[in-house]
Amino acid sequence: MIKILNALIAVVGGVAGAILLYWLLNKLAELLPGRWEDRVKPYLFLLPALAAIGLYLVYPTIQTFVYSFANNRSTEFVGFENYAKLLTSKTFQNTLFNTFLWILIVPASVIAFGLLIATLADRLRPRGEKTAKTLIFLPLAIGAVSAGAIWKFVYATRPPGQNQIGLLNGIWTAFGGDPVNWLQISTLRFNSLLLMVMLLWMQAGFAMVLLSAAIKGVPTETLEAARLDGAGEGSIFFRIVIPQIRTTIITVFITVLIGVLKTFDIVYVMTNGNFNTNVIAVDFFNQLFTNRNNGFAAAIVVMLLIIMIPVLVFQVRQFRAEEAAR
Amino acid sequence: MSGTQAVTATPVQVPKQPTATGSRRSRRLQHDPTARSPLWVRIVLALICAAWVIPTFGLAVTSFRQEDDAQTTGWWTIFTTPANFTRLTFQNYSDVFSQANMGDAFINSLAITIPATVIPILIAAFAGYAFSFMSFPGRDLLLILIVGLLVVPTQVALVPLLKFYGTIGLNGTLPAVWLTHIGFGMPLAVYIIRNYMATLPKEVIESAKIDGASHFQTFWRLILPMSTPVLASFAIFQFLWVWNDLLNALIFAGQNTPLTVALVRLLGQEGQGWQLLTAGGLFTMIVPIVVFLSLQRYFVRGLTAGSVKG
Repeated sequence: MIKILNALIAVVGGVAGAILLYWLLNKLAELLPGRWEDRVKPYLFLLPALAAIGLYLVYPTIQTFVYSFANNRSTEFVGFENYAKLLTSKTFQNTLFNTFLWILIVPASVIAFGLLIATLADRLRPRGEKTAKTLIFLPLAIGAVSAGAIWKFVYATRPPGQNQIGLLNGIWTAFGGDPVNWLQISTLRFNSLLLMVMLLWMQAGFAMVLLSAAIKGVPTETLEAARLDGAGEGSIFFRIVIPQIRTTIITVFITVLIGVLKTFDIVYVMTNGNFNTNVIAVDFFNQLFTNRNNGFAAAIVVMLLIIMIPVLVFQVRQFRAEEAAR
Repeated sequence: MSGTQAVTATPVQVPKQPTATGSRRSRRLQHDPTARSPLWVRIVLALICAAWVIPTFGLAVTSFRQEDDAQTTGWWTIFTTPANFTRLTFQNYSDVFSQANMGDAFINSLAITIPATVIPILIAAFAGYAFSFMSFPGRDLLLILIVGLLVVPTQVALVPLLKFYGTIGLNGTLPAVWLTHIGFGMPLAVYIIRNYMATLPKEVIESAKIDGASHFQTFWRLILPMSTPVLASFAIFQFLWVWNDLLNALIFAGQNTPLTVALVRLLGQEGQGWQLLTAGGLFTMIVPIVVFLSLQRYFVRGLTAGSVKG
C-alpha cells in the first residue's frame, strides 16, 4: 500500500512539478526583452521533452555505439573484434537467420490475415462486425507475457500414455498422433513458426482495424463503375481495392516489421532462444545478463539498428511527403 | 506489448472520422448493411474468431480447475463430463496470491504504470504545442529526429542506462522504471500529439493572440482541452505498453517485481502446475483487457492518429 501511495505522490508530484516547471520556464522567457521572448520560448516549451529524449535515447545510442567497439566490461577498446567474433560464430549466424525468417514471414502474414478478416467482417451486419473485430483485436491488449502463458499451455506436452492437457496435443492425439514436444522441433524451424503464430495472433487485429478503415474509405462510385463494367468480386478486390489502400498496407507492414525486430518477450518467455529459436533481441538480453558481455550486447543492438536504417529512411521520407501535402 | 506499438509516419487512407471497430457507416463495399451476409462468410469468420478466442478461453477455464484435474485432463473435458463443473474453484487465485506474491506484483504494476503513463502527457503536450503553433529555427529538423527515433529499438539505450543508473544508485527503484518509460515513450507521445494538434484550426490560435492571450494561456485554455481525445489515446497506449512491458521491468525494477516478471517466474517453474500458471496469466491480463474494452474507441483513434490529415 505504501507503494501505491508513493505512486500517487509521484503522479501528483510529477504533474505539479511539471506544471511548476513550465510556469517557471514561461516566466523566465517573459523576463527577456521583447523579441527575445518569442525567440526563446519555443525552445523552453520543448526543453523537458527534448531533455528526456536526449538523455534516454540519443545519448545512450551514441554510447552504445562506442561500447560496441569495447571489451565485455567496456574498459578497453577492441576495435571490430566484437562484430568479427559475432558474425563468424555459427550460433549468431543462426540467430540472424531466425530473425530474418521472422522479418520475412510475420509482417506479410499479419497483413494477409488482417485483409482477410477486414474484408469478411465488412460484409457482416454491424453487430456481428463489431463483435468479431473486438474478439480479434483483443490479444493486442493481452500483452506478450500473458500470451506466453496462454500459448505455452496450448503447446504443452504430456508423455505418451497420459492424458494430454495442451490443446494442440489434445487435437493431435485425438487424430491418432503421438504426443509431440512442439517447441523443441526445430526441423524446418517449425518451433520458430509456432512462436510467430503468437505474434500473428497479437497483431492481426491491429492490421485489421487500420485496413478495414482504409477499405471503407474506397469510394463507392469506383466500385460501382467497375461492377457495371462487369468486373468480378475478385478482380475488384485485387485491382481496385488493394491499389487504393496501398499506403495503409505499407504503414501496417512497417509497423509490424518494427515490432518484429524488437520481439523479445515472446521468445524469451517461450524458449529463451533455446532449440534453435533465438532472435536478435533475446540474444542481446542474454549476452548482457547471462554472459555479462557489454561489448557483444552493444554490437548486437548496433546491428539491429543497422538493419532498421532502411525503415528509418523510408519513415522520414514518408513523413516529409505527408507534411508537404498538409 | 513486445514493442509493437510503434506508430509509423506513413499516411493512411482513412475516412475523416476514423471509424472505430464496427462502425455503422452505410457506405460499405456494395453490401447492404441490413442484409444477411452469405453463409460461408459467417462460417469462415466464426472459425477465425474461435481460433482467436479458444486459447485464452482454455487458460481461463483451467485457472478455475482443481490441481488434480488441471494436471491430468484437458480443460475441454469439463464440457464432456459436465459433473466437473461442480469441481471448479477459486483456490488457484488465493494460491497464486500466497505462493507467487501476485498481490504485491499487482500493486507494483500499478505503482509502475500510473506515474509512467500520466507524467509524460503534459511534457509531450507542451512539445506538441511548440511544434504545431510556434515557428523557430530547427523545428523541422527536431521533428524529423523524433520521427526517426520512433523506429529506433529502445534496446539500444539499455546498456548505457544501466551503467548510468548504477553510478547514481537508481537501479532497482521505482523511479528508475518510471523515468525509463517516460524517456522511451516520449517520441511517440510528441509525435501523435503534435500530429493531432496540427489538425486543429489555426484561426483559433490567431484570434486568441489578437485577444491578447499569451502562448502559455492559449495552451492551457484552448489547446489542451481541445486535445483531450489524443491525450486519452496516448495514455491508453502508454498504459498498455508499460503494464505489459517485460524487458525494462526485468532490467530496472529490481525487487519491485511487477506482474509480468512474476508471471515469467511462474512460467519458469512449470512444476508449480498449470492451474497456478493459468490463474496468474488471467490475473495479469485482467486490467489491460478492462482498460482496452472500455476505452477501445480512443485506442483505435490513437492508432490512426498519425494518419488523419487536417
